[in-house]
Amino acid sequence: MIDQKHIRNFCIIAHIDHGKSTLADRLIEFTGVLSAREMQDQVLDNMELERERGITIKAQSVRMDYQAEDGGHYVLNLIDTPGHVDFTYEVSRALAGCEGALLVVDASQGIEAQTLANVYMALEHNLEIIPVINKIDLPSADPEKVKKEIEEVIGLDTSIAIMASAKSGIGMKEILETVCAFVPPPKGDPRAPLKAMIYDSYYDSYKGVVTYFRIFDGAIKKGDKIRFMASGKEFVVDDLYVFRPGLVPVDELVAGEVGALAAAIREVKHVRVGDTITLAEYSAKEPLPGYRKATPMVFAGLYPVETNDYGKLRDALEKLQLNDASLHFEPETSEALAFGFRCGFLGLLHMDVIQERLEREFDLDLITTAPNVIYHISMTNGEEVIIENPAMWPDPTNIAAVMEPMVKASIITPSEYVGPLMELCQDRRGTFVNMEYLNEKRVNLHYRLPLAEIMYDFFDQLKTRTRGYASFDYELTGYEESDMVKMDILLNGESVDALSCIVHREKAERIGRPLVTKLRKLIPRQQFEVPIQAAIGNKIIARENLAALRKDVLAKCYGGDITRKRKLLEKQKEGKKRMKAVGSVEVPQEAFMAILSAEVDDD
Amino acid sequence: MAVSLYVHIPYCVQKCGYCDFNSYAGAQPSEQEGYVRVLLTEMERWAGRPELAGAPVPTVFVGGGTPTMLEGRHLAAVIAGAARHFALTNDAEITTEANPGTVDFEGDKLKLAFDAGANRISFGVQARQPHLLQRLGRIHTPDQVERAVAAARAAGFRNINLDLMYGLPGQTPAEFRETVDWALSLGPKHISAYSLTVEEGTPFFADFDAGRLTLPAEDDEEEMFAAGKAMLEAAGFEHYEVSNFARPGHRSRHNQVYWRNEPYLGLGCGAHSFLQLRAPLPNLGAPRPRLSASRVQGGAPIETAPGRPGQRYRFWNLKTPSPYRAAIERGDWPVEAGEVIDRPSEMAETMMLGLRLLEGVPEERFRNRFGITLNDVYGTTVDRLISRGLLERAEGAVRLTPRGLRLGNQVWQEFLQEQK
Repeated sequence: MIDQKHIRNFCIIAHIDHGKSTLADRLIEFTGVLSAREMQDQVLDNMELERERGITIKAQSVRMDYQAEDGGHYVLNLIDTPGHVDFTYEVSRALAGCEGALLVVDASQGIEAQTLANVYMALEHNLEIIPVINKIDLPSADPEKVKKEIEEVIGLDTSIAIMASAKSGIGMKEILETVCAFVPPPKGDPRAPLKAMIYDSYYDSYKGVVTYFRIFDGAIKKGDKIRFMASGKEFVVDDLYVFRPGLVPVDELVAGEVGALAAAIREVKHVRVGDTITLAEYSAKEPLPGYRKATPMVFAGLYPVETNDYGKLRDALEKLQLNDASLHFEPETSEALAFGFRCGFLGLLHMDVIQERLEREFDLDLITTAPNVIYHISMTNGEEVIIENPAMWPDPTNIAAVMEPMVKASIITPSEYVGPLMELCQDRRGTFVNMEYLNEKRVNLHYRLPLAEIMYDFFDQLKTRTRGYASFDYELTGYEESDMVKMDILLNGESVDALSCIVHREKAERIGRPLVTKLRKLIPRQQFEVPIQAAIGNKIIARENLAALRKDVLAKCYGGDITRKRKLLEKQKEGKKRMKAVGSVEVPQEAFMAILSAEVDDD
Repeated sequence: MAVSLYVHIPYCVQKCGYCDFNSYAGAQPSEQEGYVRVLLTEMERWAGRPELAGAPVPTVFVGGGTPTMLEGRHLAAVIAGAARHFALTNDAEITTEANPGTVDFEGDKLKLAFDAGANRISFGVQARQPHLLQRLGRIHTPDQVERAVAAARAAGFRNINLDLMYGLPGQTPAEFRETVDWALSLGPKHISAYSLTVEEGTPFFADFDAGRLTLPAEDDEEEMFAAGKAMLEAAGFEHYEVSNFARPGHRSRHNQVYWRNEPYLGLGCGAHSFLQLRAPLPNLGAPRPRLSASRVQGGAPIETAPGRPGQRYRFWNLKTPSPYRAAIERGDWPVEAGEVIDRPSEMAETMMLGLRLLEGVPEERFRNRFGITLNDVYGTTVDRLISRGLLERAEGAVRLTPRGLRLGNQVWQEFLQEQK
């Protein structure tokens, strides 16, 4: 059995691109868990999508053995955390399993908004934070300035800060030594009744649900009968594992350790992230306090292009949900798109990732409707309704007030971009809160903004207006009354429910006009003229005509052309198959997302 | 069963900006001579195969490229070779394509071709306006067109086709009308009028992509089509295919073979054939990687399973001249690859091609060919297209409506399978 005082559980906090995954790889390599040859680049980002996009979506863990200079033989559990704001809940879960964190900051970039948010979260969890100044070998590196920033902005002591370059392997030993010396060992009584917190799970077709946990008290062995305290379900542990980084079987795990178990659990609903595992015979009285629950912020309709794929889509969503408790979905019917699901996501990146995984891993052709936030509506009869779908928007004459979700946004930017950013926030119905100088060149700008306004290309705009130098984070602050209306889109005079969206009354025309223009460009010409209109109630606020298709004919087809021209026509037909017939109009998938990218009129 | 013949001459003086044909500029006379020699060898070898043995050959078409790039004696040798090796019918239509810029007005190229048996000539004219010809990359002048047509007549040709184009960058409807008027004044029996297609991989495509190619407005293009059709019909021409017009009795018999989906043998590099095999032919089995010239010349060719006798295939020869030549000189068949045309494909292609003709697909001809009625196979598709105003049933045939004629792709694709 490992002595608890030689266990260190820690995570890495970093902004995207600041080198977190590379650092994790180097530490794994340095401790010899995997040889350099076995290392696949960035082993912890093991989803194909994660590697492709260079982002971390799921928290991952690895157990490393380390012989420290103090003579101690340490077990180091590194829990990798996602960096994107959408996945904050994953971070909070990972933090609860750690006693320390490496704060990785790029030596030339400095602190970013998302880093700040995660550091504050780590401080809330009482984690020991070790600053790591990464990429010190870049010519533009200014580690002293970054150290000063860390001290002034976060208030951390940087005397133990480590100068590192994950890419060149500089500072790896120092990091590991500092982790052993400064991160406290886990507390907890190995002889007390078992208390282990579930921080993740996934479904394996052979093992059943594999449950990831961190033990706070007690111990767990193969063959133990365990109970999930929230669901009350009991199972016998078939296998116990540690992460190296694949699952490696062990016989026992004790307080302070991180691991996984398989217990022939067939239904994922019995394993709730945040629940406490205890022993059936020697059980804890109280569960551990749960995690902050992930609440979906953004909703969109997901529909199969082929109506027959509805069942396939449902199965796919269920499978993804096994690994992603934050994904919500329920059946929904649209006049235009037939049967699909209204899905709740943590944010736009999360939505994007789910959509891509559905298409890639389950070979589904999907139509996604434009995402929207949740509105709370007070009706004139005193009723309160919650609207997740614009199609369900009540008759305006029955609406007393509409409340929309607001966020507190923090934007860290070089000071020369403050003007353009304030303009952007103003344009997005933002209210200025304050601005603090991080140093003479960088400021932290605080705004109150409607969540709906940061969903549409806000991040892209932010990057464009600051040449990529600004970073952005937000947190939800509640609901506020707002003059929101439903804007309908009519094709050929018929309202298309899946194209309806909720907009602020004063911005309706500015959104409606470019939207119909965009739709005119996206929808291929039909055999007849199609008017495209945007309307608020009965009032048409924008209109364009999609001219009839007049000519679509291959001029030549002789003996040598037949094979090629046939393929051309077959391809054209395939493209048509991917469109959705809405009434008599063929609408391509992208049209349902058009509002996301319609340029807003400047006048 | 009758088999038509296509012979490909892959040489041009220069490539035109819109051209995506299998043609190459800058060939030396000696190379052309060698090409003609292997072409004749290929003819000889096909003449010995059961598909061609005794098969009547009603039409021959020498196309390109530019057949008139060849020296007169070589062009004549190709035509005479076809007549020597195959059973041409007495009334066979024998066409050669010609570029007015490659006609030797002092020499006897056209006379040699006519004397060898050619009885139809097709000139690439395109437009009357020098600025348009220049933009297209054509080497000829309007004056050369007039002289070339006169030379063809003098050589004996009575059946003359002129190819015209509309929808050209910078072209006005008035210019196209002027072109049609002028073409009619030259007394052709047949006129093809093609709307410019900007094909991928051509200089025009690159220009178009870069915004350097301004095509006429839709209304203007529409006007050119309508005006051209009206003028030609007023002059006694019948509109019989999407882009083709002819005086009564002068429709291109050879091209109707394609549109009626009847058999043809293609000779020369890159030429396509559509034949029911009676003996095995190599390389028609599983698809294989495209052969580079060096691999073919360098050693044994990679062969895949041969085509099976009894099956209908569309297959094609190696595309570029040198591997094609190398294969024949080695004694191999120069076939690059092919596809089986099974019955459902054959039916679909019969519709796709037949519905290019204004006569449409005669229901009786379909039933005689496939032993099942067109309605039994495509009834619902045809009805749907009729309800969209694109097809009609008339005079015992299914055919395009005037509107369908402008939206042919929308019609043809309905008879095909989707492909990713």
